[in-house]
Amino acid sequence: MTAQAIVAGQPRAAAGASLRRSRRWALIASYFFLILFAIFFLTPPYYMIITSLKSDAEVAHLATNPWIISNGVTLEQYRLLFQGTDFLIYFKNTVIVTLCVVAITMVVSVLAAFSLSRMRFWGSGILATGIFLTYLVPDTLLFIPLFQIVRWLGLLNSYWSMVLVYPTLTVPFCTWIMIGYFQSIPKELDEAALIDGAGHLQMLLKIFIPVALPGIIAATIFAFTVSWAAFVYPIAFLFSADQQVLTVGTVTSLIKADVYKWGMLMAGALVAAAPPLIVYAFLMDYYIAGLTAGATKG
Amino acid sequence: MVDLARHYPIGRGEASGQGARAGATLQLWLRRRSTIAVLMCLPLIVIVAGLIVYPALYSIYLSMLNKAQTRFVGLDNFSYLLRRDTFWMVVEQSAIFALSAVFFKALIGLVTAHLVNNLPSKGQRKWRGMLLVPWVIPLALSTLGWWWLFDPTHSAFNWLIQGVGGNDIPWLSNPYWARFSVILVNVWYGAPFFLIMYLAALKSVPEQLYEAAQIDGANAWQRFRHITLPMMRNIIAITVLFSLIVTFANFDIVQIMTAGGPRNMTHVFATYAFLLGIRSGDLPLGAAVSLFMLPILAVSAMFILRGVRKRGREIG
Amino acid sequence: MAEVALHNVKKRFDEVDAVRGVSLQIPDKEFVVLVGPSGCGKSTTLRMIAGLEEVTSGDIVIGGDVVNDVPPKDRDIAMVFQNYALYPHMTVFENMSFGLKLRRIPKPEIKARVEKAAKILDITDLLGRRPKQLSGGQRQRVAMGRAIVRNPKVFLFDEPLSNLDAKLRVQMRTEIKRVHQQVKTTTVYVTHDQVEAMTLADRVVVMNDGRIDQVGTPHELYHRPKTRFVAGFIGSPAMNFLPTRIEQNGEGLIVRLSEALAFPIPATHTQRYRASVGKDLVFGLRPEHITEPRGEARDPRCEFTVTLDVVEPMGMETMVFFSVNATEICARVEPSAASGPGQPMRLYANLNHMHLIDPATDLVL
Repeated sequence: MTAQAIVAGQPRAAAGASLRRSRRWALIASYFFLILFAIFFLTPPYYMIITSLKSDAEVAHLATNPWIISNGVTLEQYRLLFQGTDFLIYFKNTVIVTLCVVAITMVVSVLAAFSLSRMRFWGSGILATGIFLTYLVPDTLLFIPLFQIVRWLGLLNSYWSMVLVYPTLTVPFCTWIMIGYFQSIPKELDEAALIDGAGHLQMLLKIFIPVALPGIIAATIFAFTVSWAAFVYPIAFLFSADQQVLTVGTVTSLIKADVYKWGMLMAGALVAAAPPLIVYAFLMDYYIAGLTAGATKG
Repeated sequence: MVDLARHYPIGRGEASGQGARAGATLQLWLRRRSTIAVLMCLPLIVIVAGLIVYPALYSIYLSMLNKAQTRFVGLDNFSYLLRRDTFWMVVEQSAIFALSAVFFKALIGLVTAHLVNNLPSKGQRKWRGMLLVPWVIPLALSTLGWWWLFDPTHSAFNWLIQGVGGNDIPWLSNPYWARFSVILVNVWYGAPFFLIMYLAALKSVPEQLYEAAQIDGANAWQRFRHITLPMMRNIIAITVLFSLIVTFANFDIVQIMTAGGPRNMTHVFATYAFLLGIRSGDLPLGAAVSLFMLPILAVSAMFILRGVRKRGREIG
Repeated sequence: MAEVALHNVKKRFDEVDAVRGVSLQIPDKEFVVLVGPSGCGKSTTLRMIAGLEEVTSGDIVIGGDVVNDVPPKDRDIAMVFQNYALYPHMTVFENMSFGLKLRRIPKPEIKARVEKAAKILDITDLLGRRPKQLSGGQRQRVAMGRAIVRNPKVFLFDEPLSNLDAKLRVQMRTEIKRVHQQVKTTTVYVTHDQVEAMTLADRVVVMNDGRIDQVGTPHELYHRPKTRFVAGFIGSPAMNFLPTRIEQNGEGLIVRLSEALAFPIPATHTQRYRASVGKDLVFGLRPEHITEPRGEARDPRCEFTVTLDVVEPMGMETMVFFSVNATEICARVEPSAASGPGQPMRLYANLNHMHLIDPATDLVL
């Protein structure tokens, strides 16, 4: 019976062996298309790096292949960047602004998220929904009235105006992320802490925040990257070089006398982009968790 | 629920003497949980109310003033805009920009999410990391890079095209190519976001559903149509609507690469508002331009909220 | 014809050998249960039959055809999952008809088949509902209905009752048996619960660490286990094991359990055990065969007195626990005969049901 079965099944088996092969082909095709997409996504950064390592002469030269460095790698552009421009001032300003904004954002968001996710009070549901909605109000709508307001406050052309307005970009979403994380921590944890004798504040600091740390890190990273990359507010509110931040500074102010020194510009862009990239490289999972938290946690 | 107020007095020791009475009332007030909760939310409420709600409402008022902001002119600014061809071009371009960019972003996101999901799980992280890079680089800076790639004289793309015998493409100097370039950069920047979202959504579909479908007789395409798409329907809707809002209000790319040109044909609401409001100093007019975005945003926001609520119910 | 056969099937995951050579013949219409502890390879074996896992080596034969490289959808099988795996966005009717729709079966026939299956499983009024509106037991029925409408060659069940509470599990067990009697199809059923195995199966396959320890009817497995593992796995509460030695006692043999406790081996067994006199062995006797003294034909030399440690009344009988040489032994006695914890009690060991195991090979003699 069994011998018969095997013999009878033979042609079937041979045809079916291609199942494994077709699975292999599917994998190869996947890699092929993924490589194409990777080329698409990584070409600009690659080109920026290449350009920043070329000499001015090579950059200007039209005939050579722009996609490779033919005349030797040089760090001249970076030297020019740091020594011959206001780049470092922009960097300093951005660091100050970002640190302040991240600090403000985290304090405000953690407090609010804890309250909204754990404590029930009249209007908490409405407030939570409202927070989400305010995130949808874009900066390009608010920057005009805020221009007026900032002018009233005498903060126009001061980077402290950035510290004032950046939280509008970060606080709603960070609160939203953390509400999601906090809600996923079981209430039994609170109750155990209370039975063990903790007060409210202690519970927050000693139990909650450690357990919610992944969410907090994700929110911090989000606040950091948004602050670092903000462009609309600085270009609208800041005019002088000593107050300017990296994004606007690199893009507009590194151009001297209408001459575009692209090598230096690319160097500037890369150095300016480095901090978020470094954070991303080391904390990728938290970075992504922050992104997906908003929509998938619902 | 444990009644915290009764069990855990917040005050740190009794106030003594005359202040005791007032102190006791304060402590009593502080003990009420809902009070603390509201207090904790206060900074958030202040920021939201003061820096988001108030300015938004204020901009409505602002849009109804004259340029010098001395008198109230009602809807004059709006009617002025509606009569200008440039403005209608802005509307047209904003719509084209937002709709086509979001469509391609969603499509690329969906395709790449599937491709990455098909890989063995060890490699997925690496690929996901690589493909997310455009999103991580601050948009203004990567736009600068693209600008360099599109530079009329030195475009590296044109160099390649010449290499295969074609003609230079006027990436930013021809209006229609400029529109294309702007959309291209936006798609490049935003597709990774969709990739991440859809990848997460794909992973949330239980593997056993696919196995059951396999046994029921479904091939790969049928599994996609009957299992994957319905399960992902909500997240697709949410991300698309969300991206519509964000793309519609986009500023960086257009401002840096074309500043709205050539011939104002790449202007979107944000850049046009910037031009009129800040550069030209007519804040009320700029506010009016921005406000035109409001209806779209409101409608999208409503749908997003509905989608998010529905998803919450579906999961729970 | 829908027999299933496995020929020396092996499965390797990276470094781990999950299934180490399983061979099995399942005739048409038989209900076979694969049972064993977690990690014994039973689910993996089932999934290889289904085509959800690739076979590392060996053959899987369904209905006379070797199906190793045939995708699940072409194997003409149906599967009921532990987590039901119902399509959440489809109604019960759509869930059940999905497979048929894919095979382009005409609508009227789909309707007829679904309604017939719904009637068998008593879920006719649930056809319009969505899975999240159903209880666990209802969902399980729908999952079974989805399998039945396909009229497959083989039904595969992967621990379908594990997610249900105890009472529901007993009910559904009967349901499954009833359905099998009505819809006579070859069935391979996986579970870790030996009670389920014993009550449902025509034959039981006991698996351990990737191999089959024994295949047999429930009766065979209960009365004539071949390995120590099977002896200890089948039966609830589990068989009692004690290290022991056989001694010669005149014409007959005795089994010595401790200084004080030794029983004569019944004449029927003496032949079998004569060769093992003096060796270190393990003595096995089920709790149901240690009772209060009962039966006219009992051997009074098998009666003994112990002090009880724990007494568990179960209603119809009472379980008593006592120690022999620091090993806890369980006995099942008539409730009225049981004394109390710390009290002495007279018990009788029915050695007609004894087993002796060679500890070196773990085989039952």
